[in-house]
Amino acid sequence: MSSPPAELTLRHPVERFTLDNGLRVVLAPDTSVPVVAVSVFYDVGMRSEPEGRTGFAHLFEHVMFQGSAHVPKMEHARLVQAAGGTFNGSTHQDYTNYYEALPAEALERALFLEADRMAAPAITEENLRNQIDVVKEEIRVNVLNRPYGAFPWLQLPQIAFGSFANTHDGYGSFVDLESSTVADAQDFFDRYYAPANAVLCIGGDLDVAETERLVRRHFDAVPHRAAPATPYTGEPSPTGPRHGVVVDALAPAPAVAIGWRVPDPVGDLDTYLGTVLLSELLSEGDASRLELRLVHRDHLAVAQSSYVGLFGDPFDVRDATLLTTQVHHPADVAPQRVLDAVHEEVDKVAQDGVGADELARVQARTSTQLLRGADSVLGRTLGFASAELVHGRAELAGELAARLAAVTPEQVQHAARGLARDTAAVLELHTAGGTA
Amino acid sequence: MSAPVLDLSLVPPLGEPRPQPVPDVHLTTLGSGLRVAVVPRAGVPLVELRLRVPFAAASARTAAAHVARTSVLTGAVLLGTQSHDQVQIAQLLQAEGAEMSVSADPDRLLFGTTTLPAGLPAVLGVLAELLTAPTYPGAPVAAEKARVAERIAIARSQPGVVARTALATRRYGVHPYAVQLPETEQVANTTPAALRKLHRERVLPAGSTLVLVGDVDPAAALDAVAVALGGWTGGGTAVDAPPLPPTPPGPLQLVDRPGAVQSNLRIGGPAPGRRDPELPAVRLASTVYGGYFSSRLVENIRERRGYTYSPRSSVDHLQAGSSFLVEADVATEVTGPALLETQYELGRIALLPVTEAELEAARRYLLGTTALATATHAGLASTLSALVGAGLPAEWLTEHQAALAAVTLDEVTAAARRWLHPAGLTTVVVGDAERVAGQLEALGPVQR
Repeated sequence: MSSPPAELTLRHPVERFTLDNGLRVVLAPDTSVPVVAVSVFYDVGMRSEPEGRTGFAHLFEHVMFQGSAHVPKMEHARLVQAAGGTFNGSTHQDYTNYYEALPAEALERALFLEADRMAAPAITEENLRNQIDVVKEEIRVNVLNRPYGAFPWLQLPQIAFGSFANTHDGYGSFVDLESSTVADAQDFFDRYYAPANAVLCIGGDLDVAETERLVRRHFDAVPHRAAPATPYTGEPSPTGPRHGVVVDALAPAPAVAIGWRVPDPVGDLDTYLGTVLLSELLSEGDASRLELRLVHRDHLAVAQSSYVGLFGDPFDVRDATLLTTQVHHPADVAPQRVLDAVHEEVDKVAQDGVGADELARVQARTSTQLLRGADSVLGRTLGFASAELVHGRAELAGELAARLAAVTPEQVQHAARGLARDTAAVLELHTAGGTA
Repeated sequence: MSAPVLDLSLVPPLGEPRPQPVPDVHLTTLGSGLRVAVVPRAGVPLVELRLRVPFAAASARTAAAHVARTSVLTGAVLLGTQSHDQVQIAQLLQAEGAEMSVSADPDRLLFGTTTLPAGLPAVLGVLAELLTAPTYPGAPVAAEKARVAERIAIARSQPGVVARTALATRRYGVHPYAVQLPETEQVANTTPAALRKLHRERVLPAGSTLVLVGDVDPAAALDAVAVALGGWTGGGTAVDAPPLPPTPPGPLQLVDRPGAVQSNLRIGGPAPGRRDPELPAVRLASTVYGGYFSSRLVENIRERRGYTYSPRSSVDHLQAGSSFLVEADVATEVTGPALLETQYELGRIALLPVTEAELEAARRYLLGTTALATATHAGLASTLSALVGAGLPAEWLTEHQAALAAVTLDEVTAAARRWLHPAGLTTVVVGDAERVAGQLEALGPVQR
């Protein structure tokens, strides 16, 4: 067995400064490939949405691609792609991001585009109606027209949590989406898209002094607005079990998901790291506890997985969040048998602990996955940006592999003791045939 | 509120392009016939491994059984060797940060993993066991067959899979490529003995390609490969898919999916292969048509009309033939209008020249995104595995980039006329037939 690499910390220096309008800027230079990544993270996500406006953070993300004061519709895409670059955006629970990966010589063009829409996106009736239609098709592709589309990411939070912020459908109801107005969008922009509520992170083949000059050239003109207070998304810990059933008319076979509340990802990071490794130990790969037990030994499952954080990234969420285990099982296996086996495996870790050898293997696997994600300039840049926004320290992204490699068997055992059966939220997915 | 036209004086000009790194490919062929490509490169301290084994069905007659057996073999090869059981294999790999994924497509079997650099010899050792001494043990294979059957049922419930298989059946007729998903009955009939036979006859070093990319010393890595895989010597030669017979497009085929809230449009036809000098022009034509967000198709049916979320076109390569493909998942109520616009844009690009600006944008996009896609260990490893595995030299990538840079407007127009004209393409629609058949019949003949 290889010992963990002597140096798991990514050796990328991180420079930062703040503009007068409050925009936080992080630069992560690395000249190994002639590529730059530019990302803007706004501190607004699905959990910021008010009642009656479900899905609005994501809808607004679409509107941000519809042009801006000096950029006509379609030109954002053309200017990035005709420079040999790619772009996208995504809406998360606690932030919304926009990014480009480009040949290094296109850096200033990306800064121009991001600054122009930070100042004045084209919020018009025509653009809003068009993108409501596009978002409805996105929801049909990803949720309504496919089996397991909402399972469990839109369905489990409804029974696992209590507050509107944590339980509502972040993709949005069609009723809420269709009733959205230009005034809603302008208000949302004014409130949440202030430069003081954003992080600009640039990584790759860049010169720090020159890039700072370019950033100031394009972003200094965006007027200051006060940043809103960070919404409180924490919740009291659950005190009892919760259980729900959904029927999926398109699904050919049943499934079940279990969600446990876990420690505060930001306020209690050390304890949380134990939970992250526990999740890996339980489910990551062919040697994991649940793969061996559910799939190979007891034949209770077709597939299983566990992850921390709603979208599977444990380090880009604030409190409250879950460790989720989801299992696809044959119709002739009762969900209770699956649940019993999962809880038994968790209890084994809680009671007997974890051998140092097994944990070292899990840590080696976790290291390769983190390093792999950091191999692309874009992946690395997004990691620095979300660490800056969520944890207040971009450097954390570079330190995670080493931090996880230092987690002890006792920390993992402690984490398993937190996954109590009597405070778990369980969601069963039944097929329309009524099996399981 | 946005500017009606772009004031180019406001857009920062692009700087001088920086030189693209050329991969330092060390290519060797071992005595067994195995080709080995080792590429050291700066980046994270990891090594990416890809072993590509030619695995096409040899004939139409045997394709259904071959695809069924292959679907079991990809999981079952990891269930035990003469020295280690399934758990031990997984743990040996995990200790090096690795996990072996084994997948198949109509042309090949692919073993892939990432490992910490110091673990490379150990991972190669496990790979050698999987290649030379798998046991296909009875009870675990039976359990794997049951899982494969469940996964096939789940796959068949996905509209995208239904559409892909329907188009393949339609386009490839009796060729083995027509069989994209196995029948569960044939999966159930697959025996451990059949898997052992398939493995013995087809998992051969001759024709296979091993690619290692990342934090490696080429000489040491080659030594490690020679030591670990020296015992992988099975006789026989690789089998490639037979040539594709010509298939006329025929009328639109409608596959009923009652109650579907969307229709999946799939349009496909032949395209030039990687050795064809017309490929760069077709890739550029496809990009202008629907290959990226700035394309005509996205502007029309997404950004102007809101019919769909992510329409796209692409050029895909299989060993026996390449394809031009168009995909769009559209709202049920606008299925006919969406197909009309999709066909209109095909007709327009086939008959009328693209503009200089469209060509230059597409060209820079293809050049730039190829550079991005090969700027990681994993991206370069997968790209090289496909190229070298298809029998192309590693220099193909650089030569293709140079060819893209040289394509003229006339060449793109001619390529679009020849390969993108709608009358030459096969169309399949998966959707709620009761609600969409009438719309589609307004545009032309429909076959159920």
